[in-house]
Amino acid sequence: MSKKGPRLGEPASLVRMRVVPIASVMFASALPLMLPLIANSPVLPPLGLLFFLCWQLLRSEMWPVWVGLPLGLWDDMFSGMPFGTAAGLWTLASIAIDYSSQRIYWRGFFHDWAIAALLVAIIQSLAALIAHPHAATGRVLGLVVPQIIISALLVPLFMRLTGKFDNFRLKRR
Amino acid sequence: MARPAHRRPGQSRKAQYSLFVAYVIAVTGAVAGLLLAVLSVVDPVGFAQLRVASQEIAAPIARVTRSVTGSISGIDDRVGAYVNAGSQNRRLRNELAETRRQLVATSALQEENRQLKTLLKLQETDKTAIANGYLLTSTSTSSKRIALLSIGRNLGVTAGQPVRAADGLIGRVLSSGPSVSQVLLLTDVDNIVPVRRARDGLPALAYGRGNGDLDIRTLNIANNPFKPGDILLTSGTGGLYPPNIPVAIVARRQNDGALARPLADPGKVDAVSVLRPYTPDNIDASPAPAPAPAGTP
Repeated sequence: MSKKGPRLGEPASLVRMRVVPIASVMFASALPLMLPLIANSPVLPPLGLLFFLCWQLLRSEMWPVWVGLPLGLWDDMFSGMPFGTAAGLWTLASIAIDYSSQRIYWRGFFHDWAIAALLVAIIQSLAALIAHPHAATGRVLGLVVPQIIISALLVPLFMRLTGKFDNFRLKRR
Repeated sequence: MARPAHRRPGQSRKAQYSLFVAYVIAVTGAVAGLLLAVLSVVDPVGFAQLRVASQEIAAPIARVTRSVTGSISGIDDRVGAYVNAGSQNRRLRNELAETRRQLVATSALQEENRQLKTLLKLQETDKTAIANGYLLTSTSTSSKRIALLSIGRNLGVTAGQPVRAADGLIGRVLSSGPSVSQVLLLTDVDNIVPVRRARDGLPALAYGRGNGDLDIRTLNIANNPFKPGDILLTSGTGGLYPPNIPVAIVARRQNDGALARPLADPGKVDAVSVLRPYTPDNIDASPAPAPAPAGTP
């Protein structure tokens, strides 16, 4: 019996199947705070959110709908936004994706891209508005517009990355 | 192409219930999360303490990445610099010529000032600085401008202390952990600094814009007295920031005040020092600022 190579019909490691998606989102959320980048404006796309949306668009049934709560709280710890913003908004995004996957049967690549871009735009705008209730609405939205555009353009790349992680997740041995 | 979802639980009661419960948890959790967000907007300092753990996780890695790569700072700034290179160059030449003229005048004043200070036996006591550190990293994905400072409670840093660099004011400490602390940068939308114009002591308020610039608004809006090139210093009003720390330079006039750029770019400074807050207990430690002559145009 060689220990190398998968055996016929052997399933992928259950731990890896569970851990890889969650770990990728958590790491992506924490990464910006580990880079030596002192930004004067929101320059980086919300990495954790992009991975979170891509995983849900790629594997609609992998996570329960409430998974945005713990992952969002984790993101709030690192993003600097008020506590609970991402927890609330990410969960609403899960519900929206869940709803859209019931409505749009056989989503295509452009559907996924549009849904992800739209959700990023809504979440980042709402989060900024929640974080700065006293500032002028137009100015706060103006702050996040460049970030939203960058994120929307980066969605296909994150889809690819998520796909690579998914291959690794389901690889046998 | 994503496979269509099959969340239909079928006939199984258990599956139906668990799906239902998942939705209930999601909806209540989302509502609770948003309520929590509103609460933490109301009490940012209390909730900032909760982030201590995450910062202590991130800070060691940020220390390593910073020491390996140096600070990859001001990406947005550099892109902007290329776009505005021509007009900026022209403006800078004009400013340089103007500054040279002022430098001559200033050096004469400095000499005079030195003599006067010797006369008054004013000593430059540096009792206001508590500790020195450097900025590790910042929240570069969110609209809050919060940076992580490399020192915390271990060196006496607590919430509410002003932070400055050699060039000027950086911000104030929002919360401090065992070995790192959060600094709310000057340019955050929620950061308001009382300033005065260096030339004549005209009082004003500096509001962060969140994108690296500041809005300067005077207390009387009858006329707009600002000119490009005006230097703004902290006034010491309000009791948090000590007076006479350089804050910003006016870039251009606006309808209701002026647009200013901070003198100290947090992305470029090496070391920052944490100062004592300017409260009545600490005022004795620093020499009283000379009252600015008012009314000179």
